[in-house]
Amino acid sequence: MASLGRIVSSRHFWPLLVFVLTLLLLRHLSTDFFSISDGRVYGSLVDVFVRGSQVMLLALGMTLVIATGGIDLSVGAVMAISGAMSAWLLTAHEASAGVAIAGGLGVGAVCGLWNGALVAWFGLQPIIATLILMTAGRGIAQLITDGTIITFHHAAFEALGKGYALGVPISVWLVLGMLLVIGAVVDWTNLRLSIESIGSNATASRVAGVPVARVRLLVYVVSGLCAGLAGLINAANIAAADANNAGLYLELDAILAVVIGGAALSGGRFSLTGALVGALVVQGLTTTILTSDVSVHATRVVKAVVVVLVCLLQSPAFRARLQRMIRRRP
Amino acid sequence: MAQPPQPSPESTPLLSMTGIVKQFPGVRALDGVDFQVRRGEIHSLMGQNGAGKSTLLKVLTGVYTRDAGQMLLDGRVISPRSPLEAQGEGISTVYQEVNLIPDLSVAENIVLGRQTQRFGFIDWRAARRQADAALARLDLQLDVSASLNSYSIAIQQMVAIARALDEECSLLVLDEPTSSLDQQEVARLFGVLRRLRDDGLGIVFVTHFLDQVYQISDTITVLRNGRLVGEWPAAEFSRIELIARMLGRDPASLTEAEAGAAPPSPVAAAEAARLVAHQLGRRGQLQPVDVEVGAGEVLGLGGLLGSGRTELARLLFGLDRADSGRVELAGRAVRRGQPRSAIAAGMGYSSEDRKVEGIIPELSVRENLILALASKRGLWRRLGRAAQEALADRYIQALGIATPDAEKRISELSGGNQQKVLLARWLAAEPSLLILDEPTRGIDVGAKAEIMALVADLKARGMSVVFISSELEEVVRSSDRIMVLCDRAALGELRGESKTEQAMLARIASAHQEVSGG
Ligand SMILES: Nc1ncnc2c1ncn2[C@@H]1O[C@H](COP(=O)(O)OP(=O)(O)OP(=O)(O)O)[C@@H](O)[C@H]1O
Ligand SMILES: [Mg+2]
Repeated sequence: MASLGRIVSSRHFWPLLVFVLTLLLLRHLSTDFFSISDGRVYGSLVDVFVRGSQVMLLALGMTLVIATGGIDLSVGAVMAISGAMSAWLLTAHEASAGVAIAGGLGVGAVCGLWNGALVAWFGLQPIIATLILMTAGRGIAQLITDGTIITFHHAAFEALGKGYALGVPISVWLVLGMLLVIGAVVDWTNLRLSIESIGSNATASRVAGVPVARVRLLVYVVSGLCAGLAGLINAANIAAADANNAGLYLELDAILAVVIGGAALSGGRFSLTGALVGALVVQGLTTTILTSDVSVHATRVVKAVVVVLVCLLQSPAFRARLQRMIRRRP
Repeated sequence: MAQPPQPSPESTPLLSMTGIVKQFPGVRALDGVDFQVRRGEIHSLMGQNGAGKSTLLKVLTGVYTRDAGQMLLDGRVISPRSPLEAQGEGISTVYQEVNLIPDLSVAENIVLGRQTQRFGFIDWRAARRQADAALARLDLQLDVSASLNSYSIAIQQMVAIARALDEECSLLVLDEPTSSLDQQEVARLFGVLRRLRDDGLGIVFVTHFLDQVYQISDTITVLRNGRLVGEWPAAEFSRIELIARMLGRDPASLTEAEAGAAPPSPVAAAEAARLVAHQLGRRGQLQPVDVEVGAGEVLGLGGLLGSGRTELARLLFGLDRADSGRVELAGRAVRRGQPRSAIAAGMGYSSEDRKVEGIIPELSVRENLILALASKRGLWRRLGRAAQEALADRYIQALGIATPDAEKRISELSGGNQQKVLLARWLAAEPSLLILDEPTRGIDVGAKAEIMALVADLKARGMSVVFISSELEEVVRSSDRIMVLCDRAALGELRGESKTEQAMLARIASAHQEVSGG
């Protein structure tokens, strides 16, 4: 019983369980769940990962921001800006894929820098600071696209969203790469210590010499970069830049993913893999509901119910009760 | 006042706790503890850091649920599940860590949860009057509409006490209420406590100041490692025996062992440094002062509560931004209002406010301990895991930090042990000048001596220290030179022969007279 208790109380148990259950349901619902042809993977399972790659990328950046006790509401809008930027470079300047990608990532980073500066240097509340870009961002994207939806044909660029490498979608590779890079940087430097320390007690961190402002700036830049990359994937996927709809509401999914992944919104300890699992839960649900006969309108309600469940199961108070119940019935 | 009512041993005690057990992961904090308090008695609860004092009081007041045992108050079984319920039962508490709400006003903090209401609205005028009255019992006059965090930790402590005294209660519980108070405030508090005792209240008092224990208590209970050692009438329990019981040693062996206490493990030598501050000041906080500290010198800052000691320390370290003057350490200019610049120049600052400016509650003992050193190395040069563990183990050993291992969350350590970790944090960073603001706050007698020995050792290796303590005697004993402050200005210096507690108090008293005379 003790070992069961330990498994049940492990950080990733409940999100993973929910993910597996949704996948079972999805498998039951879909005609093609998983298949390999021409050495490439296909099916609704793969869809979950491909579609989920955008939320997963956002969740990676969002995890760091939330761990410092902040929040980034602008990531959806930043996706639109980066998508618009790359589409504009591809069409108006006939730029190469490399330049378009660099341009998209670049504006993402600049957006992050803006958010970070407002929070770290000017002391704005993160929710207010990023709300500015959240609302203004789509306007900026529209300025770039001149109010239209820019479509393009560029095989090399579109590969970001549709291409395969070694039989696996490129977008999934990108998530994996980002996870490894951020994970390595965070764990091979003092960054994780600094981030968690700031999130847990920023005043005491400052007294101990943690470069609070610099770390805050950095996490918003990383979040902007992640959003930029997600925006590129989004644009490549549909071969167009849609300033109004690209990444719409995805900031909420990303925040959800982080919370489901076990992080506290007040900051402190964080887990990158936890956030990815959270993102998969969110995307798994969305895909399953869309596949099923349930009306699209119900999507949000079902999502909300599951989210409440997962969060409950992760709350220490609720878990303590549950464990007591398990122990009572041997 | 009449004699306190003599408690007859047969009458039911006010509070009776029996067989209390509290288990935390990896630690049995309380192991079958019995504890009794009678009416009209001030009862000191003693024990080393981590002995279980706070845990016992938190079980009593419903912060923790006990795993076994029984509690009777006035003969009734009680089982409060929250401090609020305990308050309803007539137990009023001041916890070790000030747990008021910093952003609320003093008045709000005092009356919170029991405001006078008029037509369903809170009557703020009545609330302010109530707060003023509560503070007046401690001879304290504050602007009660100012937010609590605009006051020093000592004043915050007084406010917490005022709040507790304001409640109708039969049992008053005070966990280290005096840890950052000056003699004057302590005397006032004790006056109030004696009155309450004579009115028949039971009072539980925790402190590491032995003088205070003997001044105020009728009875002493000693805990060690979560177990009850025993209960003694204070008058029949000698100081040396008390210490021996707390440490679990033979009283006879104690004196020699204490004398022969070897300085803890050596710490690498810090380079010689010299701090020069010129006309350092900030409006409303400190009038411009000059400060100099030589290599290997300990400068004590003497003064009473609110004299400007902590304010000076914060300006030196850059935690508050000076609006005049400059600071140099070993020839390097320290940028105003930037602690990181001070740290880079070789300074360290251990704050008096452990909870707000000290611990990182979610992180482990190891992470808390290496934080200053890691930050000093810079964001990108990680301190290897093995080095971190070695450092943590070394300081856990050297300072006798009571923790099952270095990975325990610091917030789960006892108050005194948290303080030791914070000291270790700065020792590990090897500063050339360390500012210690109430470094021995909440630390038990044995550890206090060890820490003072450690500071002496570092000083011998060339580290400079700026030392602040509300215990004037401690300042006198450990400083080479004392700078006396009063009313947020420097009064002058004491050194050599004139460096005594009396001289310091005389200096302050004469300054006060000048002010009131002129
Ligand atoms: N919330 C907690 N979780 C885990 N362990 C705890 C917790 N609170 C206290 N402990 C452990 O229980 C023991 C007793 O702690 P307690 O705070 O009661 O000591 P104390 O006698 O008040 O010491 P001090 O003089 O330092 O305040 C310590 O070993 C401490 O690490
Ligand atoms: Mg305690």
